Amino acid sequence: MATPTPPPRILPAIDLDSHAYWTAGKDGHLVIYRCPSCATYVHPPVPFCPTCEQTDVTAERVSGQGHVETFTVNHKQWVPGLPVPYVLALIALDEAPEVRLVGNITHCEPEDVTIGMAVEVWFEPHEDLWVPLFRPRKEIQ
Amino acid sequence: MNTLAEKNTAITGIGLSEVSRSASKSALALTVDAALEAIRDAGLTRAEIDGIATWPGERADGSGFSPVGCAALQDALRLKINWYAGGGEAPGQYGAVFNAIGAIAAGLCRNVLIFRTMYEATARKTAYANSLLKEGQRQAGPFAWYAPYYTYSAALQQALFFNLYVHKSGIQPEQVAQVPINQRRNASLNPKAVYRTPITLEDYLASPLIATPLRLFDCDVPCDGAVAIIVSRMDVARTLRNPPVRIEAIGSSMQYRNSWTQLDALDTQAQPKVAEMMWSRTDLKPSNVDVAQLYDGFTYHTLNWLENFGFCERYGAKDFVEGGKRIALEGDLPVNTGGGALSAGRLHAYGAVHEACTQLWGRGGARQVRGDPQVCATSTAGGPLAGAMLLVRD
Repeated sequence: MATPTPPPRILPAIDLDSHAYWTAGKDGHLVIYRCPSCATYVHPPVPFCPTCEQTDVTAERVSGQGHVETFTVNHKQWVPGLPVPYVLALIALDEAPEVRLVGNITHCEPEDVTIGMAVEVWFEPHEDLWVPLFRPRKEIQ
Repeated sequence: MNTLAEKNTAITGIGLSEVSRSASKSALALTVDAALEAIRDAGLTRAEIDGIATWPGERADGSGFSPVGCAALQDALRLKINWYAGGGEAPGQYGAVFNAIGAIAAGLCRNVLIFRTMYEATARKTAYANSLLKEGQRQAGPFAWYAPYYTYSAALQQALFFNLYVHKSGIQPEQVAQVPINQRRNASLNPKAVYRTPITLEDYLASPLIATPLRLFDCDVPCDGAVAIIVSRMDVARTLRNPPVRIEAIGSSMQYRNSWTQLDALDTQAQPKVAEMMWSRTDLKPSNVDVAQLYDGFTYHTLNWLENFGFCERYGAKDFVEGGKRIALEGDLPVNTGGGALSAGRLHAYGAVHEACTQLWGRGGARQVRGDPQVCATSTAGGPLAGAMLLVRD
């Protein structure tokens, strides 16, 4: 039986603030807005620091390492060709656990994903964007 | 406490259209049915309706999520009104009620017609409702952050929150199952419920996994139907034919980050501060509540509200629902007595208000809670949205 073509990822509409997040993968980095004065991370990105009210908040490189805060294993085939099961997760960044990033967990079996699992970012290019995805980290913490 | 505006308002009439998985009428015709029934139930005429409110307002996007707005209903009924509002940026579905309370307090209205229309059952047969985007179109707004990750349904975002709740609370599937089993039993006694055949624990455990921990029977049932209620100023309410169902207290706050990703506490969602606000506006306590209509877009919402309203301790819902007796019609706290969205149909928290009044007015028939219930707690929404009302019949 021929394998059906998986549906394309739906891409986000980006603006001047979110542009950095969705394109920094070109250089292999994950970036998050951060206040240069008080070091508060600001996500989703907006050039305003809720801690010290600075407005020169800009994108800063982060490690791309984090932990699975929660996840779900999706079994329902919502559209034809959608490969199931797959994992959707919220990732707490190691530098700033209060910043939660969305991603699929790849490079492992869905049943091996756990809350608290150590993961690292990788990027999948689509059109003009680099979509952040996450995979298990090699070293066990 | 008399300065709190909700205490000068009451629900005076209710209406419910046919509810089905395939409507025999248009969405607007269903809405007209519900509206006329509510107006007449209150003992009013069309001429006495001076306000209209709905949530989230008309969305002509083919999804069936909200196909009828204030303008369409005003014109169909040829109402002459002083004020109207339909919009989604509000404290969940009850935002329309909270707006009406404000309009009454402002002297704009005496009798507000509030409605919610769903046409999702038909829409899903005729449209590609899982994604309203066209090929190549990009997702804007708050869900842009989820867009690339095959997040085709609200079930996935909610499953993320619920999985953390399972992790922290240790609740077992056999305990979660008590919520849909109880509601299906209640629906079997409700002639207007969409699904009325009782289900067992085995049925629940055998139902397909949607997105862990959600099974099919954890999810509400898309339907075609409309609910209408009349909210009247208290002095007017006291002259009408039904004993006023007073809006004793509301919870409408946004104290948390309003985000589907950055919400402060994922596993409790936005509910705790909203419930806290509601209780701060009344002398009544959770122990005074006779019956509860708790949001049940998914079973876990109902479990969350049991805790967040204070009917049990944090992570105590698993013990509260164990065996199902406490939440049954004969139990200490009958929950979702008409079958709720899980079985009666996804009327999106307005089915819950209709059922609350049905019980408080003693119209429940075979599903009527005994002991003349007077106080009902009711709640809406999940994720960053939440709203709550405490209703008391005079």
